[in-house]
Amino acid sequence: MIQSIDHNSSQLNNNGQLKHFLTTQDLPLNILNEILDTANSFLDMSSQQVKKVPLLRGKTVVNLFFEPSTRTSSTFELAAKRLSADILNLNISSSSTSKGESLKDTLMTLEAMHADMFVVRHPDSGAAHFIANHVTPNIAVINAGDGCHAHPTQAMLDMLTIKRCKGKFEGLIVAIVGDILHSRVARSQIHALNCLGVAEIRVIAPKTLLPKNIEAMGVKIFTNFEQGIKNCDVVGMLRLQKERMNSALLPSESEFFKLYGLNSEKLKLAKPDAIVMHPGPINRGVEIESAVADGPQSTILQQVTNGIAVRMAVMSMAITGQLNHSISKR
Amino acid sequence: MIKITNGRLIDPINDLDTVTDVYIANSKIVGIGKPPKGFQATAEIEASHKIVCPGFIDLSTHLREPGFTQKATIASETMAAASAGITTLVCPPTTKPVIDSTAVAELIQDRAKASAKARVLPVGALTVGLKGEQLAPMAALTHSGCIAFSNARVTIENSQTLLRCLEYAATHDFLVIFNPQDNSLVANGVIHEGITSSDMGLIGIPESAETIEVARCLILIEQSGVRAHFGQLSCKRSIDMISEARHKGLNVSADVAIHHLFFTDQNATGFNSIFHLQPPLRSDLDRKGLLNALKKGDIQAVCSDHQPHEDAAKHAPFAATEPGVSGLETLLPLGLQLVEQGFISLSVLIAKLTCDPAAILKIEAGSLAVGATADVTIFDPNKAWLVSESSLLSAGKNSIFIGSELKGKVSHTLLGGEVVFESP
Amino acid sequence: MPPSNHNVDFLLVQMTESLRKLIQDKNLENPLFIGIRTGGIWIADKLHKNLAIEAPMGTLDISFYRDDFTRVGLDPKVQPSNLPSSTQDRHIILIDDVVKTGRTIRAALNELFDYGRPASVSLVALLDLGCRELPISADIVGSCINLNSEQQIKLIGPEPLALEISQRQGSELT
Repeated sequence: MIQSIDHNSSQLNNNGQLKHFLTTQDLPLNILNEILDTANSFLDMSSQQVKKVPLLRGKTVVNLFFEPSTRTSSTFELAAKRLSADILNLNISSSSTSKGESLKDTLMTLEAMHADMFVVRHPDSGAAHFIANHVTPNIAVINAGDGCHAHPTQAMLDMLTIKRCKGKFEGLIVAIVGDILHSRVARSQIHALNCLGVAEIRVIAPKTLLPKNIEAMGVKIFTNFEQGIKNCDVVGMLRLQKERMNSALLPSESEFFKLYGLNSEKLKLAKPDAIVMHPGPINRGVEIESAVADGPQSTILQQVTNGIAVRMAVMSMAITGQLNHSISKR
Repeated sequence: MIKITNGRLIDPINDLDTVTDVYIANSKIVGIGKPPKGFQATAEIEASHKIVCPGFIDLSTHLREPGFTQKATIASETMAAASAGITTLVCPPTTKPVIDSTAVAELIQDRAKASAKARVLPVGALTVGLKGEQLAPMAALTHSGCIAFSNARVTIENSQTLLRCLEYAATHDFLVIFNPQDNSLVANGVIHEGITSSDMGLIGIPESAETIEVARCLILIEQSGVRAHFGQLSCKRSIDMISEARHKGLNVSADVAIHHLFFTDQNATGFNSIFHLQPPLRSDLDRKGLLNALKKGDIQAVCSDHQPHEDAAKHAPFAATEPGVSGLETLLPLGLQLVEQGFISLSVLIAKLTCDPAAILKIEAGSLAVGATADVTIFDPNKAWLVSESSLLSAGKNSIFIGSELKGKVSHTLLGGEVVFESP
Repeated sequence: MPPSNHNVDFLLVQMTESLRKLIQDKNLENPLFIGIRTGGIWIADKLHKNLAIEAPMGTLDISFYRDDFTRVGLDPKVQPSNLPSSTQDRHIILIDDVVKTGRTIRAALNELFDYGRPASVSLVALLDLGCRELPISADIVGSCINLNSEQQIKLIGPEPLALEISQRQGSELT
């Protein structure tokens, strides 16, 4: 009688193609692989003389950022431009608007501009789902981060980085370290890693930074960094998000670094060819030591390049999915 | 003079469950089974295959007036209540301004009398402005019609202040209603803290937010000797603690909002804000624990905790929506589902909606004995109806059941012997 | 033995001569041979060798330039185009295996122009199936073939190259 909302009824069209990209949770494996393969082909293209393709020519993409972020919005902007789309950047500070009602009004105004795609970042978990469920049906919604819930494009560029460095996902031990409680990146990574079939996912954090019952998401909990990082193939560091904490969850940054920060010594406990990832921007000396961040095992810069390709892939797939959805409805 | 013919009369307080006729005159019950001398029926209500019982008493209905009339009004909600067989509504002090002055208490009752569809018993604020500092004028408020006092979901941080409030209320034998919540543990939480909240990245409200306050209040209730009732509990552990206190002789009772017997935090998956409630829907273990407690008799009443909202309040990302469901009109059908599923008998259900709440409030209601006020509900337990925005009379269309078909519909409601609702 | 107009080796001999004449007549200096993936690359490779062209040939993948990508989606197996040098001011010999609607050639031209402004583009096709939807014409054609609506023809290779006629399924751009 009363059914919970199925993520895929929002994200996939009748042919099982992506029409919104809101979360990595519950996405079928073939979709994740399609994103990775498509992104790979865009990567190869990016290194050519011609970096631009006409796939989204004539389409209007709107960056709807209710939370400030130059990094993410500019990567999406670059991705859109490389697909030949027109892009509009809207930075809406949510403190100047009362929540809820204005969000709906904002959407209606934007729809009048005949946009084809919204890239949304919002401080409320579930905002991207809300927008996808309330906009005109033919507008594709890409989640650029909603509250503490999901950051699917970040997770997929991390997956692409792992695939390009390690070749495959089977047998890998992946550790995610830091403020898991407030991390939308961590949640999206965990869902993707589970679907892609890694051997083990570990979360390493003090109890105050671990979400309740997180082991039910298919992860192993470690509160001791040295034990958790032993033999890992991938070490994913999370940024200590000061702006998300309501209260004192940690005694100090220096204590955090001592117990949970990654330095060269601790990295030796992982496999010798382990890679170190970080979504950026990094807090040097808080979660990661400069020597590691700039070192040979770090993939931080590749992640940025991969990020553009993944976003190009997801945007192309979503536009395709939207078009086929409206065709099949006729 | 009204005769209700052939209905199945279920009146738990008087141990009645039989097909018989009921005679009403001068706003009172004047005969059961046979009419009193000189009775001439001016109207007859045919009640074959229907249940006739005392009018329901709802221990928590948010009427939104004064202060929030964009959501609902006393007029609209008392009309909805009448259509749902509810003849007495208890409304919390959380209006704007708060019910901490006689003017507000009287305004509410005047409006209720004007629309004349249901009785409204306001709960007065325990402290002025609900701020937890200064005692509200409880005697004056009682004189103006307040049936009990509560600080609603606003924690009184200072334990000594809370104790003083309870001692004062105990002095005059006023009932204090607790909606136990420790605001520092609730913080910015919007949903039960558990796997669902972790999954959705929503800030969770731990069980301890309720249980810690239940524990504190039980001790202070014992110390002050106040007559106490815990309203709308969400955790099994809360009921366990209260039952233990009752067995030790403490004069304390508890109710649950009916939706907490049917739904859990998992229903909110996908950010479905219709399931954003306060207190939050908890785990399935809690839900089953509450059902069990109801079955065993550890829960003394069931209410709707009706919270009507305008559209905009529910159409936003989950954390930005306001909590609460519209529940007046689905109270009876949901209660009947509990009977159908074997948790309680029909008679017990009716008791939990009539004489048991009346006993908690210490009011003369919930009975159809000869001489009692004729607040009567007649319903067809098998009548199916579609819940929709047009079929709901409440101004709040935020019902979980929109689009669903439910069984159990009121055909007539009488308030003081007057028919205030008759289904078309 | 397939009929002569289906024998690829036979057609290549003819095309090589025609192409040699074209390059001479039009005075195409230092032509840049570009094959369209996948079949066009095989044909271009043969012609490139037959004419002993020194300048390396290029490959073009038109997946990102198709006009129907939103209908059929992106082909995840797309590989990057590989042009050994800029197309600016070059005489391009664009080579494909089959020309039918003309849309592949349009996509290829669009892509070529994103790399630079060529001096000229000459089109060589192994097969011309007719059924143009765009005003595209090949300068050199191996053979003109008429298929009925249920048939489709495919070049298989790279060694040996042969033509295969089969029943139609799915969508095609050519």
